[in-house]
Amino acid sequence: MSQSTVQRPARAVKDSAPPPKHARRRRKTKERPQQFRGLVSPHTLTTPRGKIVYWTVLTFVVVGFTLAFVFPLYWMVTGAMKSPDELVAVPPSFFPEELNFAVYAEAWDLLDLGTFLKNTLIYAAGAWFFTLTFDVAAAYALSKLRPVFGKVVLALVLSTLMIPPMVILLPAYLSVVELPIFGWNLLNTPWAIWLPAAANGFFIFLLKRFFDSIPRELLEAAQIDGASPMRILWSVVLPVSRPILGVVSILAVVNVWKDFVWPLLVLPDSEKMSISVGISSLSAQMPQNVLIAALVIASIPAILVFLVFQRSIMAGLTAGSLKG
Amino acid sequence: MTTLSAKDRRQHPGALRRSVSRNLTAYGFLSGALICFAFFSWIPMVREFILSFQKTNFVNSTEWVGLENFRTVLDDPAFISAWVNTAIFTLLALVFGYIVPFVFAVVLNELRHAQGYLRLIVYLPVMLPPAVAVLLFKWFYDPGAGLFNQALGVVGIPPLSWLDSTTTALPSLVIVSTWMNLGTGTLIYLAALQSIPSELYEAAELDGAGLFKRVWHITIPQTRLILLVMLLLQIVATMQVFIEPFLLTGGGPENATVTVAYLMYQYAFSFGNFGGGGALGLMLMLVLIVFSAFYLRVSRDRT
Repeated sequence: MSQSTVQRPARAVKDSAPPPKHARRRRKTKERPQQFRGLVSPHTLTTPRGKIVYWTVLTFVVVGFTLAFVFPLYWMVTGAMKSPDELVAVPPSFFPEELNFAVYAEAWDLLDLGTFLKNTLIYAAGAWFFTLTFDVAAAYALSKLRPVFGKVVLALVLSTLMIPPMVILLPAYLSVVELPIFGWNLLNTPWAIWLPAAANGFFIFLLKRFFDSIPRELLEAAQIDGASPMRILWSVVLPVSRPILGVVSILAVVNVWKDFVWPLLVLPDSEKMSISVGISSLSAQMPQNVLIAALVIASIPAILVFLVFQRSIMAGLTAGSLKG
Repeated sequence: MTTLSAKDRRQHPGALRRSVSRNLTAYGFLSGALICFAFFSWIPMVREFILSFQKTNFVNSTEWVGLENFRTVLDDPAFISAWVNTAIFTLLALVFGYIVPFVFAVVLNELRHAQGYLRLIVYLPVMLPPAVAVLLFKWFYDPGAGLFNQALGVVGIPPLSWLDSTTTALPSLVIVSTWMNLGTGTLIYLAALQSIPSELYEAAELDGAGLFKRVWHITIPQTRLILLVMLLLQIVATMQVFIEPFLLTGGGPENATVTVAYLMYQYAFSFGNFGGGGALGLMLMLVLIVFSAFYLRVSRDRT
């Protein structure tokens, strides 16, 4: 029984995040040569003229994309290593005169990047923890425990999707300055990042939709064995929900890592700033090459995360039921 | 078998007690999220309305001022500029950021080589923290030694003043914004394109439809829902533009790049006028809510 039931949610979530064992099979169906064709028929591509056009277009696209998306990053990494004189030289040098890696150490010290990175890591980790704990619990309650007024709560949660974050920026900031009812001031504390991050209607929507696809019998069997709701969530629901938990985790971390306006407002103390805000607040006072080196250092974690979790990130992209 | 016994249990006399305890448990599970939503979404949503009719600074107690905040904001010469700039920015961002990813996706979909590489690099800028991307472009836009003017010099075109001229400043912001966002659209369209059945193209080809006719009569109609969803999403996203003017131009030159969100920020944090900022936020909210409600409707229809 357990085998067949574990399969079901996995199938239902195909559009959001294929679990590893299905991934391979799904890929096969998409494999190009045999079945797939786009605008241009495979036959046209075998003619001499078709071949010439295809390879021309391919070269053009590869070169163009590399220039547009990789070259700016190359320019950034090498620009940091150029001396201020070399930076303003006309025409610019394609390779830096010397590979001056010391500038990265200088940027690290001058901008106190260690502190900023540590802060950002704390904010992202806490946001991840609270998002997963609160949103998974809430989605589980809405999907499986179905309390009275559950539908109303769900509608209220989904209604927040209609309000773009920027338009409630000021009142949300006021909530941080003086938390309603309690009157606490959360400015310059990690809570100002963690708690608002957990109030994410989209995550609850994704999680609930996944939990809905877990067959009832599976939970009822555990219930009859005397398992508490907590225990069912932990040992039955979570193990089969790994793909969606992966997607939500990565989105939660990336959101915090990329966010700018919110940390700019709620963490004004330079000791507490996130890396984006920290670098931009110091950008005016830094020599150009040091600033660029700081930008390189700030992009490394994001690019590493991307290269490692590419698959889940791409899955998260189409997770909002955006399948043709 | 299991379902049966569960049903039996529900009819036992202890059913009421169990239902009460189930509800208590459920709300226990919900409590963490509900508190976060209450403090940082629901109360702020209501407070947005209150805020714009009040005078709020952190020195005196708040008082009701009726429509005064709206009057202040409407009398501000930057008000019109902000809305016009936001509209132009959104429109330009649509011309580039909406059409370009679709064209990219259509072309990428035809390629049998290097697709993995191309998908990877087109999404690379999306992963950069926006502040990093924007500051990087600030350096590229540098009138003297920036990459763009250097590149123009190589081709023999006289340098542009990019961020420093009223005519090029706003388009410059659009370029950054497009560069760092178009990967998302490209990959989403690409996923949609792969679900178009090949037979449609084959049939069209037999009927003698040329390449552009096939795009027009098959590719676009087959992806029209996703195109609509992305259109609405992008309008909502770009109308909130803040970080580009904040980091690149500070709204200048001569208010040429002031946007509504940036003006709202200025009211609250430069002029200390939260009421004025609240009034602007409320207006922006009323405009955006139309698009996002439409978006939610469309995307719900699809699932």
